[in-house]
Amino acid sequence: MKGFNLLGLTASFGGKRVIGPLSLQVNPGDKIALVGKSGAGKSTLIRLIHERVNRESSLIPQDLGLVNALSVFHNVFMGQLDRHSTWYNTLTLARPFSKDREAVHSLLQSLGMTEKLWIPAASLSGGQRQRVAIARALYRNAPVLLADEPVSALDGPMANSVMTHLRDRFTTSVIALHDVELALNYCTRIVGIHDGQVALDRPSEHLSVSDIMSLY
Amino acid sequence: MFSSPTVRTSLIFLAIAVVGLFFADIAITTANPWQDLGNFFLGIVTPNFFSSEGLMTALLRTVAFAFVGVVSGGICGFLLALVYRFLPVRMFCAFIRAIHELFWALIFLQFFGFHPLTGVLAIAIPYAGIFAKVYSEILEEADPEPGRVLPPGTGNITAFLYARIPDCWVKMRTYTAYRLECGLRSSAILGFVGLPTLGFYLEASFSQGLYSDAGAMLILFYVLIATMPLWVRPKLLPIYVLGAPFFLGEGLPIVWGNVQRFFTEDIVPAPLRNGDGLTGLMPWLSDLMINEAMPGIWNTIVLTQIALVATGILSLLAFPLISNHFGGPIRRGAGHVLLVITRSTPEYILAYILLQLWGPSMLPAIVALALHNGGIIGHLIGRQTSSIELRSDTVQGFNRYSWELVPRVYRSFLAFLFYRWEIIMRETAILGILGIYTLGFYVDSAIQNIRFDRAMVLILVTALLNIGVDTLGRYIRRKLALQTMPTC
Repeated sequence: MKGFNLLGLTASFGGKRVIGPLSLQVNPGDKIALVGKSGAGKSTLIRLIHERVNRESSLIPQDLGLVNALSVFHNVFMGQLDRHSTWYNTLTLARPFSKDREAVHSLLQSLGMTEKLWIPAASLSGGQRQRVAIARALYRNAPVLLADEPVSALDGPMANSVMTHLRDRFTTSVIALHDVELALNYCTRIVGIHDGQVALDRPSEHLSVSDIMSLY
Repeated sequence: MFSSPTVRTSLIFLAIAVVGLFFADIAITTANPWQDLGNFFLGIVTPNFFSSEGLMTALLRTVAFAFVGVVSGGICGFLLALVYRFLPVRMFCAFIRAIHELFWALIFLQFFGFHPLTGVLAIAIPYAGIFAKVYSEILEEADPEPGRVLPPGTGNITAFLYARIPDCWVKMRTYTAYRLECGLRSSAILGFVGLPTLGFYLEASFSQGLYSDAGAMLILFYVLIATMPLWVRPKLLPIYVLGAPFFLGEGLPIVWGNVQRFFTEDIVPAPLRNGDGLTGLMPWLSDLMINEAMPGIWNTIVLTQIALVATGILSLLAFPLISNHFGGPIRRGAGHVLLVITRSTPEYILAYILLQLWGPSMLPAIVALALHNGGIIGHLIGRQTSSIELRSDTVQGFNRYSWELVPRVYRSFLAFLFYRWEIIMRETAILGILGIYTLGFYVDSAIQNIRFDRAMVLILVTALLNIGVDTLGRYIRRKLALQTMPTC
């Protein structure tokens, strides 16, 4: 796929400008970490990018967007609703087909939560819910990943294993992260946001934790 | 305290009701009202379950009409909810739900006769209007986030089934089950206009002074409603829904000539039918307005306002009966039974019974409306107070009631009361059929005199009055920032 050039992004909230005007060039193969203070506009920026590149992206929003009443399987399956006909989706709601079951099962296996396949999302813990949203994004299998704090509720080893998955499965990604070490380890390019503007944009290999901390 | 908008609103409504009392016709006209009441209670405690075989059939028919009516109303209401954002749909729904089940029954009786369709449509039509409104509110409250993360290109139906329905399912199911209980009450009172449900047999027993038979019917009705959680189970529902249409009874066949005549002749205003044209229409309309609609509207409003305040007072007196801040488990248990009885008995049946005992005046209607609606609100508020945690060193008795509890629940109390304002008015109008001079009285008289054109105009006036009060009630609730869940 081609990269995308985002020009003049702006967003206002209650009459107050929270983003931009801001421009960002995303090249194919870029793995961008958005870092910055909370309230700097990272979530808003993820949403704006999603509006621009909707069709080609897998999204993990901060509040996950799970349907609480549906099972884990169905929440993951929702990532591919656009690839099946209405009757196929409706039948799946009542009784999933075995090939979809296997696909979702093996995906969840890689995230370490197979035994929960048929329980409703409402009864999951915070970390499990987050992994369901990640599984949905992986299942969607779009070329670009847009994620907003995708591992904030996961413990250290699990966070690292999930970040490895995301890095390997998506060629291009924009991920908002408050954990600076994860950003440096799993992303190729660090974009620092401050007061709705790009305050830093450098390859991660040239940066250290202390360089980024100046943003906070 | 008097500067608080909620208190000021309450006082204004109280003052209106007090003024209304001067204009209201309140009297006990029977010779031995207390003896009759005593006989009636004697009948309740000595129920006769075996007097006639009609009793079980009536119970079965009541359940069957409720199921078929509520389910068809629910399906239509759901479809309407999907297009509820369009103004004409909203107006249509407001209109069909502003007309009481009994008025719908009276209309359909004129051309379908005593065919089961009359009873089914009488429930299904107003319920469809209510379902459409509540379902659309539930659908609107669903979390929008799952819809946003759906892959673009997902079909509308798929998106609706995955991202909308699951989130609303529990609420919709709860509300539908609750509505089924209302449907049982509606179905029971349809008997009063001649359909083969409980009301029919209740009226027959009463008119012959068979109080023990009437008592048995009421007790079975309470048991039916109180045991609903036991017999209305998700697994059994398909059986009920598919089976119910076969238990509606045969009724009488529809005479299609009557249907045609009703629409082409009966409801056409008399002057137009007689060829007097528009010049004849104005005097006809003004006569109808001045001699029937106006007195009907006046009496309906006076009675509604008094009943509304009486309901409020009774709710505030009743909620401590079930609140766990007062009394022990035995007294609370008794309170629950009392409130279940008052809220399960349709106001129409209460008013009918009291009217038989006390004679015709507004008094039986006021007491009936206050008992039924006060029972409902008292139950809801009482349950709400039970979830309030008081500090451990707090006051007891009346001080606890007036300082700790009433101030905390007063806003939701007012919200429920104003929500039920329109319901009380709808019922007030219909109680006219029993002989109180509200709008229902004039509708019923017009139908008795086979002047359906006049009856239709009066029903239209009633509907508009209900829509007006509903709008006013919503305006007041919004002004005072009161929120509530729907009740029926």
